Amino acid sequence: MTVSVSRRHLIGAAVAAAALPGTAFALNQTNARTMVTKLIADINKVIDSGKSETAMYRDFERIFRSYSDTSYIAAYAMGVDGRRASAAQKRAFTDAFTGYISRKYGQRFREFIGGRLEVDGVHQVKNFLEVRTTAYLRGESPFEVNFHVSDRTGKELFFNIYIEGVNMLLTERTEIGAMLDKRQGNIDKLIADLKTAS
Amino acid sequence: MELSLRPLLAASLIGLAGITSGCATKTPAQKASGEIFDPYESTNRSIHGFNLGLDKVLVRPASKGYIAVMPPPMVDSVNYFAENLSMPGRMVDSLLQGKFKQAGHALARFLINSTVGFAGLADPATEFEIPQVDTDFGETLHVWGFGEGAYVELPIYGPSTTRDAVGVVVNMFTNPLDFAPTKPVNNISLYADGARRLGDRGRYADTVDAVLYDSADGYAQARALYLQNRRYKLEGDAPDLYITPDEISTEGF
Repeated sequence: MTVSVSRRHLIGAAVAAAALPGTAFALNQTNARTMVTKLIADINKVIDSGKSETAMYRDFERIFRSYSDTSYIAAYAMGVDGRRASAAQKRAFTDAFTGYISRKYGQRFREFIGGRLEVDGVHQVKNFLEVRTTAYLRGESPFEVNFHVSDRTGKELFFNIYIEGVNMLLTERTEIGAMLDKRQGNIDKLIADLKTAS
Repeated sequence: MELSLRPLLAASLIGLAGITSGCATKTPAQKASGEIFDPYESTNRSIHGFNLGLDKVLVRPASKGYIAVMPPPMVDSVNYFAENLSMPGRMVDSLLQGKFKQAGHALARFLINSTVGFAGLADPATEFEIPQVDTDFGETLHVWGFGEGAYVELPIYGPSTTRDAVGVVVNMFTNPLDFAPTKPVNNISLYADGARRLGDRGRYADTVDAVLYDSADGYAQARALYLQNRRYKLEGDAPDLYITPDEISTEGF
């Protein structure tokens, strides 16, 4: 048994290496799929845990920090305003933003109670991978949820989510831009308010 | 007295589409970048204010009450009922788009759910694995080659585009059921759709509230959500417009 498994792995690796020149630097589809599968399992575990809302948001934040490219998501959400932010402001923003986004999406995930996400497949788009999944919620037609995964940081992390065509990066850039406008462009005020926003 | 409500709504929407469909056009470059084209933003924002007021004093409380009294299976039934009444209209739109198979699905759904499904209160068509049909005259115009036009927020109805607003008006008159010689109730599909919307507003109360009231700019948020979702529904995935992981420097973040 062990022999045949390892041989199959060897053949698989050889075929993959032959088919894709430069495989060593290419994104790993298996890793991306495994990452999303684990991410879904972790989210489901939190939802089913029956913990208090605050405890759940803490868990969601931990999940966000371990599975997503928080630096990229924060930088994208801040957009051109990031250019005038100091190094300290950038760090503080990423931190506050990650908490905010965990609470915000955590609230939505709670609606997934009794539902499930199924991984359909992985494919390469431009310089990243798209992991396609389908969400099945009670009393609703199934819909598409896609995770965009890159290894920019050295490991496979998601940097964007598309839910029926609506993407998180663009939505959050709109929101953060509006929040900054409301505070006359004051980044420190934005950071302070993000710590409690959801 | 026939169709008394419909022309009134239609007239107000046509009036609005007339105001807004003036002379604004979009360059191909603007369209390709997937950006938002909103030349009537100030008008739209005041209509958004009106819609928000309507939601606050009427729709939101009514939907909460509706969800509180109605057991979930009954809310589902109302949804199925409204959905079923819209099937003949969707069949017409499918035919106009040249999607004959989809038109067949719409007809099959209507026939099955109207009979076996207790006049549309249940949805056995889904159990028989007949695909869902969701289309409208806005999509027909898209298939015929009309561009999206400008973003508009319609009174009561909510986010739309100049093209889709025309679709909304046309669809008020394209449901074959309205031309049936005998009808139990006038405007029944309009009322059923209203009830369905009320149910959805109540069921997804937290999500809708988050967009409308918790956002720093509910108008901009609703506009972004509508346009992204609508483009996806009409054109499918647009990998060309996907954001890549190297579009912005992460230095310091």
